[in-house]
Amino acid sequence: MARAVTNRRKALNTLIAWSIGLLIFFPILWTILTSFKTEAQAINDPPLFLFFDWTLENYAVVQERSDYMRFLWNSVIIAGGSTVMGIIIAVPAAWSMAFVPSKRTKDILLWMLSTKMLPAVGVLYPIYLLFIELGLLDTRVGLTIVLMLINLPIIVWMLYTYFKEIPGEILEAARMDGAALKEEILYILTPMAVPGIASTLLLNIILAWNEAFWTLNLTAAKAAPLTAFIASYSSPEGLFYAKLSAASTMAIAPILILGWFSQKQLVRGLTFGAVK
Amino acid sequence: MGQITLNQITKNFGDVQVIPPLDLRIDDGEFVVFVGPSGCGKSTLLRLIAGLEDVTSGDITIDGRNATEVPPAKRGLAMVFQSYALYPHMSVRKNIAFPLRMAGLDKAAQNAKVEAAAKVLNLTDYLDRRPGQLSGGQRQRVAIGRAIVREPAAFLFDEPLSNLDAALRVNMRLEISELHQTLKTTMIYVTHDQVEAMTMADKIVVLQAGVIEQVGSPLELYHTPRNRFVAGFIGSPKMNFLTGQYAAGYDAATIGVRPEHISVSPSEGTWTGRVGVSEHLGSDTFLYVDIDGVDDPITVRSTGEISARHGDTVYLTPDASKIHRFDKQDLRIA
Repeated sequence: MARAVTNRRKALNTLIAWSIGLLIFFPILWTILTSFKTEAQAINDPPLFLFFDWTLENYAVVQERSDYMRFLWNSVIIAGGSTVMGIIIAVPAAWSMAFVPSKRTKDILLWMLSTKMLPAVGVLYPIYLLFIELGLLDTRVGLTIVLMLINLPIIVWMLYTYFKEIPGEILEAARMDGAALKEEILYILTPMAVPGIASTLLLNIILAWNEAFWTLNLTAAKAAPLTAFIASYSSPEGLFYAKLSAASTMAIAPILILGWFSQKQLVRGLTFGAVK
Repeated sequence: MGQITLNQITKNFGDVQVIPPLDLRIDDGEFVVFVGPSGCGKSTLLRLIAGLEDVTSGDITIDGRNATEVPPAKRGLAMVFQSYALYPHMSVRKNIAFPLRMAGLDKAAQNAKVEAAAKVLNLTDYLDRRPGQLSGGQRQRVAIGRAIVREPAAFLFDEPLSNLDAALRVNMRLEISELHQTLKTTMIYVTHDQVEAMTMADKIVVLQAGVIEQVGSPLELYHTPRNRFVAGFIGSPKMNFLTGQYAAGYDAATIGVRPEHISVSPSEGTWTGRVGVSEHLGSDTFLYVDIDGVDDPITVRSTGEISARHGDTVYLTPDASKIHRFDKQDLRIA
């Protein structure tokens, strides 16, 4: 009896999980489908689901009109660069908070996180002025620095959580074995935290890749990443849904593929410490 | 060389003073055991010597050099931790070689030393395994191997055997003693187990609440404990304490008699009591005898052959020359 109930429950849970999953994924699926339609089919009423004339025309037009590779390259540099820079800064910070905590460590962590609660637009004006002053407007370096700063609290928090899981005695052993601070972090802490660092890396690449507010506001042409590439197709000269969808698909495809291949690592990293 | 002197050192955690001013001298080549109940500050004291904790005040000298401000990496000491603290991402070989690598030795010299240490510790077949693939005893050997390769001025052991099962613990105890005989290097060993202290130490330091109660050789502590705490802590089973009328006859506030210094007779003796529990170990029998006017039962060690049952009346006679007398302050009366 009990078993039958469990099975029915299991089936129900599976159904709910799939429904929620599909609901979340549907906009992406619809975007991908629309990208293969003609402009007329894209705004057809009722909407066409699978039975339409599949075409690659939109992709050809998009590629012809704008240089996808340039945007892609900017995205790679900005997302990758900001993440790597963030991790280099966050590792020592997380080390000190995890292994040499002071009375105020918890406060500092919360304060850092609280900066994420701030509406970004609140600091747009000062940052914009700073960028003009420093000549960083529409440069990859500028965007890399801003995105690094935006995501730094999350990187520090994640690394802090992973570092907390590493027994302090192992680091003390390294110190007794003659390791200086640099060697202790480089040879012991970092290799032991590799799974955690890897998922932090992945998550932050995704966050930086998808970041639209700063990338749109601080770039014009030279340093514009894929978010700007998408935005350029939601233009005032009329909406071309199919082309916009094609551009979106091209922009999200790399990160979608990266996420797909690394999902195990991501889930493991995000639940690390919570579930043992 | 490994001569360590602690001069008036103290340690506070926040407002709490865990080590009041303390002096101690450890001579080169000595096997010193810090023993005491948990929370007595013995591990803190070891960590102060290691440099893993900073002293609040006072000086630590290692081989005549003031080491108070020297970081742990530069003190030339090696430590074996209770949890072994091996590097899980490195092979046994790399674990043992790590201190040599930090010291900047070349690969060939590292390998030679690692192989030699592995041979001594029976680890040769396991050099390419990861710590996760080893048993508890093997992990402990790797931790010891990592400590010996760098030829430290002194070894620090922080309860290294408490994660091992009883049989292995006895084995490792012998191995560590053997190692001390071979290396003749200073060893400081922290334990809460007075048997480990008695069997391994040249010199035992008994601690309570951060205060040194007594320093001496195992037999000194056994025969002439300075106070009631040391008397009760050293020796197994514990010393029996009697107060009131029993002590008054010996002109003391408290008297202490070890279980092995009391003889049992079914017919006559100084004290009369009833047998509570009797534990037959084969070689020995431990009797727990209830005596009127004494709260805790008196423990008596007797021969394996004695047949005493629960409720039997027995007569106990302490060996008068082995009675320890203590005054009102629990200090020994000479």
